[in-house]
Amino acid sequence: MEATHVHGAGHAHGDDHAHHPKGIMRWITTTNHKDIGTMYLWFSFAMFMVGGAMALIIRAELFQPGLQYVEPEFFNQMITLHGLIMVFGAIMPAFVGFANWMIPMMIGAPDMAFARMNNWSFWLLPPAGILLTASMFVPGGAAGTGWTLYPPLSIQMGIGMDMAIFAVHILGMSSIMGSINIVTTILNLRAPTMPLMRMPMFCWTWLITGYLLIAVMPVLAGAVTMILTDRHFGTSFFNAAGGGDPVLFQHIFWFFGHPEVYIIALPAFGVVSHVIPAFARKPIFGYTSMVYAIASIALISFIVWAHHMYVVGMPVAGQLYFMYATILIAVPTGVKVFNWVATMWRGSMTFETPMLFALGFLFLFTIGGFTGLVLSNTAVDVQLQDTYYVVAHFHYVMVAGALFSAFAAVYYWLPKWTGHMYDEKLGQWHFWLSIISFNIAFFPQHFLGLAGMPRRIPDYALQFTDFNQVSTYGAFGFGLSQLLFLYVVLKAIRGGEKAAAKPWEGATGLEWTVPSPAPYHTFEDPPVLTESKGHA
Amino acid sequence: MSEKRSADNRRVMVRLLAVAGLMFGFGYAMVPMYQKFCEVTGINNLLNADDPLRNTQVDTSRTITVEFDANLHGLPWSFKPGQTSVAVHPGELVHVVYRVSNTRDHPVTGQAIPSYGPQLAAAHFRKMECFCFTKQTLGAGESREMPVVFVIDPALPKDVNTITLSYTFFEVAGTLAEPASKPSRPGA
Ligand code: HEM
Ligand SMILES: [Cu+2]
Repeated sequence: MEATHVHGAGHAHGDDHAHHPKGIMRWITTTNHKDIGTMYLWFSFAMFMVGGAMALIIRAELFQPGLQYVEPEFFNQMITLHGLIMVFGAIMPAFVGFANWMIPMMIGAPDMAFARMNNWSFWLLPPAGILLTASMFVPGGAAGTGWTLYPPLSIQMGIGMDMAIFAVHILGMSSIMGSINIVTTILNLRAPTMPLMRMPMFCWTWLITGYLLIAVMPVLAGAVTMILTDRHFGTSFFNAAGGGDPVLFQHIFWFFGHPEVYIIALPAFGVVSHVIPAFARKPIFGYTSMVYAIASIALISFIVWAHHMYVVGMPVAGQLYFMYATILIAVPTGVKVFNWVATMWRGSMTFETPMLFALGFLFLFTIGGFTGLVLSNTAVDVQLQDTYYVVAHFHYVMVAGALFSAFAAVYYWLPKWTGHMYDEKLGQWHFWLSIISFNIAFFPQHFLGLAGMPRRIPDYALQFTDFNQVSTYGAFGFGLSQLLFLYVVLKAIRGGEKAAAKPWEGATGLEWTVPSPAPYHTFEDPPVLTESKGHA
Repeated sequence: MSEKRSADNRRVMVRLLAVAGLMFGFGYAMVPMYQKFCEVTGINNLLNADDPLRNTQVDTSRTITVEFDANLHGLPWSFKPGQTSVAVHPGELVHVVYRVSNTRDHPVTGQAIPSYGPQLAAAHFRKMECFCFTKQTLGAGESREMPVVFVIDPALPKDVNTITLSYTFFEVAGTLAEPASKPSRPGA
């Protein structure tokens, strides 16, 4: 929207600070989408550190074969908590945080549709994070099932398992409330002159992600409730002793689980669809096909769940169906990758930190997508299921995909949030350290998996030692690099070069029409978009 | 925010909440749905028991006599089979025991080596469990009953009607300090 004229943006509101409390109460009671977005982002970062520390415990133990630092039971608990915390505590809240901060500004709305509920959805998260972390210290320890919580183990474990189930309930409630808020905001609060098909891509990805969340989080809640009643109330959904079927849990879990991976990926796609056009100084290539690709990825994601279960003993016809359906997802995903590359084609590109992370995303997410395609082949997956190849695959899509996209988003929007430019040189250091150490940590895991090293195992055969050592060095490098990220963000919050309203030459969209830092209230009166084509 | 707008918002919220509620129910509905699906397609039927347990591979038309023999090679032990012979059908799982005792006043470790007569029976004599899989250490004056569990392969040539299983215990040198016998492992 280069030529968009906006009225009503960024008015100075004299009563800004008249009606909200100060200090800690401001944060507890706030209903302001920017405050809540900020809290989501800090919560996410804190959980990222906790989950990261757990990953480093895992990697330290795997530095050598044999048992060095932790007991196998504790190792399993670290695996479980790391997975749950990273997925539900770090990545998902990060993107809800971006949605809170940016969507109202992108569509010219004064706030989220349900400001009070927004506060609740955030404040549900810390209790869930505390429950998960505290479950390490109860008798019997935390859940040791892996983040997938499969029975029979999940029916047998101690109170730590109940705490994990309760945490999943709370996290699910928070996500559903957050999604209802986001979907309603996007549907109802757009500036009157912004039709859906001219909406910024980040809003499109979140609209569809919101629907996905509303559809599948309740299914997960149902699945863990069934575990809970099997544990304590004598039902036998999954308890074989009472006629239940443990494999049924896997079907229900993955009906949630596969859409979940797109819940993580789609908003990441959205961010990249803003950053690449901004730094290639060209509008996104194929806007309409992008929207259809997102929608079809979301739809297909409901019908491929059993590719996680090729070895449960399903009939060949079932294996073939799930294999073909899964491979089908590569088509819309390919469309998206093509469009991003085509956006850069003949663009005048510059490589500031957000763009570097977006390109890192593009490159490494594509590798993760390819290994996913490899795994979708039943005959291959029978070999690779539950090996380190799978671990490598999902870290390429989740860390180099979702997390790198989140870094791109932070660097891209930090000037808008803080009013200061971050330290570009340190940002680039953060990028290069991250991408190099990430690959050192995770690329060798492909080889480990191909050679047959199982996942979720604290000890391994001697011949896997070298690659594991390389991987552990990379993991510690990656972990340490993130401290640099914290430093860069804190530095930008405390000062730095003043940021213009639109600090990126090629950026488009309403969020860049308000001053930096964005005033506490924006777009109290809807803006008027007078330019007919072009969108972020 | 105008009255109309918040009414609109509330309408969307109610609908989305209804979807969430329905999907929670759908999770539970999957339980009978999967059951029905498996019933109709005949896969994964957990309610009917499998065929009554029976060993379809026992060849009751033949009876083989297995004779047991025990020898010591320079060991101060007594070593005898619990039975001199048994009559078995090929394919049948058979349990027998050997008795061994150490007559010395210090621990001794031995290793039993099996042999078969006729020799070609060896390929058809499948031991599931045997004291010969590991070394055996007997404390001073200790006695023990040691099991052998085996199946005779129905592919045993027709002209073999008697098999002799013979064990010889050898002393294992230099192992006095070893702990008592570990859990035995097949495949030795
Ligand atoms: C510093 C970065 C990270 C490192 C070094 C790391 C390392 C690990 C390791 C060693 C495992 C255990 C693999 C196994 O034995 O099964 C694991 C599992 C996992 N990780 Fe990470 N990880 C990192 C970041 C992340 C992030 C950002 C996410 C999520 C978005 C994530 C999601 C998962 C999941 C879902 C599992 C599977 C847990 C399970 O098996 O139940 N990881 N990670
Ligand atoms: Cu999947």
